[in-house]
Amino acid sequence: MESNGTKGLVLDEPLIFEKSSPGRVGIGPAHSDVPESDPKKTLGQKFLRDDIEGFPDLSEMDAVRHYTRLSQWNFGLDSGFYPLGSCTMKYNPKINEAASRLPGFAQLHPYQPEDLSQGALELMHSLEAYLSEITGLEAVTLQPSAGAHGELCGLLMMAAYFKAKGKPRTKIIIPDTAHGTNPASSHLAGFKVVPVKTEGKGALTVEMVKAVMDEDTAGLMLTNPNTIGLFEKNIKEIAEVVHSKGGLMYCDGANLNAIMGLVKLGDIGVDVVQLNLHKTFSTPHGGGGPGSGPVCVGKALEPYLPCPRIKKENGKFSLDFNRPKTIGRMKSFYGNFSIMVRAYSYIRRMGGVGLKRATEAAILNANYIKERLKGTYHLAFDEPCMHEAVFSDKFQESCGVSTMDIAKRLIDYGYHPPTVYFPLVVHGAIMIEPTETETIDTLDRFIDVMKTIAEEAKTNPQILKEAPTKTKIRRVDETRAAREPILRWKK
Amino acid sequence: MPYIPHTAKDIEKILKAVGAGSVEELISQLPAASRLKGPLAIPDGLSEQELLGHMKALSSKNSTVEEYSSFLGAGAYNHYIPSVVDAIISRSEFYTSYTPYQPELSQGTLQAIFEYQTLVCQLTGMDVANASLYDGATAVAEACLMAKRITNREGIVLANALHPEYRETVATYLTGTGDHLSTIDYSATTGATSLDAIESAISDKTACVVIQHPNFFGSLEDIEAIAGVVHKKKALLVVAVTEAVSFGLLKSLGDCGCDIAVGENQSFGNSLSYGGPYLGFMATKTEFIRQMPGRLIGQTVDKEGRRAFCLTFATREQHIRREKATSNICTNHGLCALAASVHMVSLGSGGLRKLAALNLSKAEYLKKKLKESGVEAAFTSPTFNEFTVKVKGSPDGVLKKLLEKKIIGGLNLEKYYPELGNHLLICATEMNSKEEMDALAAALK
Amino acid sequence: MEFPKDLKYTKEHEWVKVEGNIATVGITDYAQDSLGDVVYVELPQEGATVTKHEPFGVVESVKAVSDLYAPLSGSVTEVNDAIVDSPEAINEDPYGDAWMIKVEIANTGELGDLLTADEYQKFIEEEK
Repeated sequence: MESNGTKGLVLDEPLIFEKSSPGRVGIGPAHSDVPESDPKKTLGQKFLRDDIEGFPDLSEMDAVRHYTRLSQWNFGLDSGFYPLGSCTMKYNPKINEAASRLPGFAQLHPYQPEDLSQGALELMHSLEAYLSEITGLEAVTLQPSAGAHGELCGLLMMAAYFKAKGKPRTKIIIPDTAHGTNPASSHLAGFKVVPVKTEGKGALTVEMVKAVMDEDTAGLMLTNPNTIGLFEKNIKEIAEVVHSKGGLMYCDGANLNAIMGLVKLGDIGVDVVQLNLHKTFSTPHGGGGPGSGPVCVGKALEPYLPCPRIKKENGKFSLDFNRPKTIGRMKSFYGNFSIMVRAYSYIRRMGGVGLKRATEAAILNANYIKERLKGTYHLAFDEPCMHEAVFSDKFQESCGVSTMDIAKRLIDYGYHPPTVYFPLVVHGAIMIEPTETETIDTLDRFIDVMKTIAEEAKTNPQILKEAPTKTKIRRVDETRAAREPILRWKK
Repeated sequence: MPYIPHTAKDIEKILKAVGAGSVEELISQLPAASRLKGPLAIPDGLSEQELLGHMKALSSKNSTVEEYSSFLGAGAYNHYIPSVVDAIISRSEFYTSYTPYQPELSQGTLQAIFEYQTLVCQLTGMDVANASLYDGATAVAEACLMAKRITNREGIVLANALHPEYRETVATYLTGTGDHLSTIDYSATTGATSLDAIESAISDKTACVVIQHPNFFGSLEDIEAIAGVVHKKKALLVVAVTEAVSFGLLKSLGDCGCDIAVGENQSFGNSLSYGGPYLGFMATKTEFIRQMPGRLIGQTVDKEGRRAFCLTFATREQHIRREKATSNICTNHGLCALAASVHMVSLGSGGLRKLAALNLSKAEYLKKKLKESGVEAAFTSPTFNEFTVKVKGSPDGVLKKLLEKKIIGGLNLEKYYPELGNHLLICATEMNSKEEMDALAAALK
Repeated sequence: MEFPKDLKYTKEHEWVKVEGNIATVGITDYAQDSLGDVVYVELPQEGATVTKHEPFGVVESVKAVSDLYAPLSGSVTEVNDAIVDSPEAINEDPYGDAWMIKVEIANTGELGDLLTADEYQKFIEEEK
C-alpha cells in the first residue's frame, strides 16, 4: 500500500521569543488624539511595572511567518481523515465561519441594550427551540462553554431539584464506560460516584441499575449511545427504575450524532442532557476549543436553569433574570455566542430532514468500517454499531505490536489516528468514528491502510514501532516532560 | 444534502458490505419503542446563498459598537484587533484540529500554546500558566477550588468589587462542594477594598481572598499591601484581572505577592461577540502546579533529540483521575489563546506599553471632559481605562437619552449595587475617538 | 519479575519488610511495571498516622495514577525523600533504593493478613 504521506518542505521555526529583537515594532498602537497622560503622575510609581523582560518584539511579517510555519506542523480536519472516536470530527462548513464573523454578530457588547441586540437574542431563542425539538426536552440553556461545563450545569440542577424537595441526594450512578468528565463533574457538583461495572457486556442492564439505585441516589448518568458505540437498548426500562426511586436520568449527549432525528431523548425517559455543539453541530474544535455545551431539560428541572434565560414576549426578545429557583450562573454573560451562530447556521443549512440524513450516513459509515475491518482487528463487540466502532490490538499483541504503534503508523500513511486506549473497559481500544461527511472512497483507502498495517505488524513490526517517521518530529519523550518539567520559555 | 457525500450507489455498496437491505434495516437495532415517528419540526434546509442572506438579515437586527459610540467595558472590552489575528486563526490547520493528543501531528498547536503559557507568565509575573480556561468568571471559580485544595481550608472571601457575574459564578461552582463564601465591602470614598475590611474578614479558616485589579469600578487595588495581610493568615491571594491591556502598565501580580493570577484575556485578539467565547487565564507559583486545573503543555525532546512539545501533567486531569481530578475541564479555549498570542506578538513589548498608556490617556481625557460637564468621578482611587461616575438623574433615563444620540453610555451599576443608585461605569479604549468622548461629555451636561 | 521471599505483600501491590516493630513499605516490581515510567510520588510527613487499607500517598506515571495503600496501621517514622526527587528509582530498584516509608507497627495482629511471595505471585497471575 502506497502511503499518502509524502515529502514536503517543512521549515524549522524557533520559539517566538528566540526570534525577538528588542525595539522592533509590529503593528503598533493607534495614534493618539488626546493629550498624553503620564502614568507616573496619574497612577503613581508604586502601581507601575518595569519593562516586561523577554516579551517578543517582531516585525509583522516575521510574526505571520512564525505562525504560518507552526500551522504547517499541524494536521487539521481540513488536512485529512480524522476518525477520532467520540469527538465527531465532521466537516466544519466555511459558511458558518463567515456567518460568525458578520459585524452584526461579532461586534456586539454583551451589556448593550436589548433593543440593540434583537437579532442575537432571536438567534439564541431559535437555537434553543431547535435543540429542544431535537432532544424532545422542554427547555434549554446555551450558557455552558463546553461539554464538561454542561455536565456540571445539569448535575447542579439535579442537586438543586432534590434540595428544593427537602431531600438532598448524595450519590450518582455512572457506568465504567463513561468519559472521565462524568465522574469529575459529579464530584464537583457534590455527588459521590457509584460506579457500575459493565465489563464484558458493553451495555447497561436493568438489573445492574436496580442493584444500586436507591432513594439517596440522584440518578444515573448515562452516555447513549455509549462509548462503545452501542445504543443502550434498555434505556427506557432503566429510566423507569431510576424514576421509580424518584431519581433523574442524566444523558451525556456527546454521541448525539448517532441518534439525532432518530430518537428523541425526552421520549425515552431522559430528564437532562448536555449537547456538544463542537461535535454534533459542526462547529470547529479549534485545537482544543472553544466549544459550547448547551443543556436541555424536562419540565422538572426547568426552574433551575442558569440565569439569564431568553424570553420572547409580543415579538420582542429579552433576558430574564427573575428566576428565583435558578442555580445561578455558570459563567459571565450568556455563553459562547459565536459558536452558537455557527451551530444555528449548520442547523438551518441542513434542515430537519438533513439532520436525520446526517445521522443515517454517520451510522452507515461506521458500520462499513466495522464490517470491513473485523477479522483484521479484534472487534470489541460484534453487533451493529451506531456512529463509531471500537476495535482493539488483541490480534496484533502476539506480534509485539500495540495500539499505540498502530496509531503512530497510521500517521505515516497520512491519517490522524483514531481515539486510542478509550473506553478504558476495552483493553488497547481503537475507537473509530468516521462521521457522515467522509466519502466511501476515503473510507476504502483508510480500510486498506489499516489492513496493510495489520500485515506489517506480522512481517515487519519494527516499522510500526519506529513510526511515525514522516512527521516533523518523531515520538516524543513524555516521561521527560513530566520528570523535568519545562512549562515556559525563559531567557 | 449538504456535507453528506453519499450517492445512491455508495449507499448501496455500504449496505451490501454490512449485509443490510436498507438503511432502515440497519438502524432497526434501535428499539422500535424508542424511535421517533415523524420528522423533526425544523425548517427545511437553505442553500448556502439563502443562508448567508438569512444570517445577514438576522445580524442586521443588531446594532454594533461600531455603529454606536460604546463606553461599555465591565469585563468585555472593545479593542482594535489587528488583521493578522484573523488571518492566523483562520488557518484551518489550527482551527479544524482537535486537542493535541497526538503530538507528532500537533506541534503547531503545542508550540503556540507553550508560547501562550509563557506570554501569560510574562504579563502576570507568575511562574507557570495553563493552556486556558473558559473565561474570567470560571477561572476565578477554579482558582477558589484550587486554593481550597492547597490550603485544606474552606473559607472563600470575595471582594465585593469583584465583577458581580464572577461572584455569581463562584457561588454556583461552590454549591456542590461546600459554600463558605463571604464578601468584603469596598470603601465608599476610594472605591478600593480597604485593608482593615480584609483583615477583619479573614481567619485561619480562609483558603483565599479574591481581589479584582483594577476592580469592577475601575479602581486600582493596593495588591502588595493586601498580599501582606492575606499571607499573615496563611491564606492565598487570588487576583482577578478583567482588562488584560492593563498588564502593559501595571506592576506585575507576581511582584505584588499574588499566589494565583486569573482573569480574562479577551482584550487580546478576541472580538466582543456578545459575550463569548472569551479566554480565561490562570497562572500560579511552581509549587502549586499539581493543584492547577486545565491543560499544560511542556517542552521535551523526540526520540532523535529534537525539541518537541506535548501535553503534560495529565494525571491531574479528568480523563485519568476521574472524580479525583483537579477539575472537570476538557475542551478549553485554545483558539482564543492563539488569537490572544498573535495580538500580543503583533504589539510587542513597546506596543503593549503604548496601547496601555493610550487607554489610560483616553480615560483620563474623558474623566476630565465629564468633570467639566459637572459629572464627577465617584471614587478617589486611581483608575486605568474604566471609572465610575455619578450622574444627575436616573441612570436609565440618562442612558436612554444618550442612545438617541447613538451613544451607549456605560453600565448602570444600580442593578448590581443598589447603593450606587446614580452611578455609571464608563470605559474608554483606543476605539473611542476624542470626538466621541466630547459628544458624551456634551450630552451629559 | 522478582518477588523476594523475605518480604510480605498486599493485594494492592505493596511490599512490606518487617524488622522488629518497624515495617518498611514500597511498591512491587509488578506494580512499577504496570505503571510504566514513574514521574511523581507523594508521600506522607514523618509522624503521620497511616491506617491499614487507607491511602497514604500517590504514585504517578505519565498516563496513570495510583493510590498507595497502607499495608499496616501505625505511625510513619521515616520517609524516603530521595525518591520524591528521583522517582525513576521506583522503576529501577523497587525493593531497594525505592522504599517509601517506615512505619512503627501499631497492631502486630495485622501482620497475619499479609501475603507471602508465593501467595502474591499467584494472586497477580489470577489478576492478569
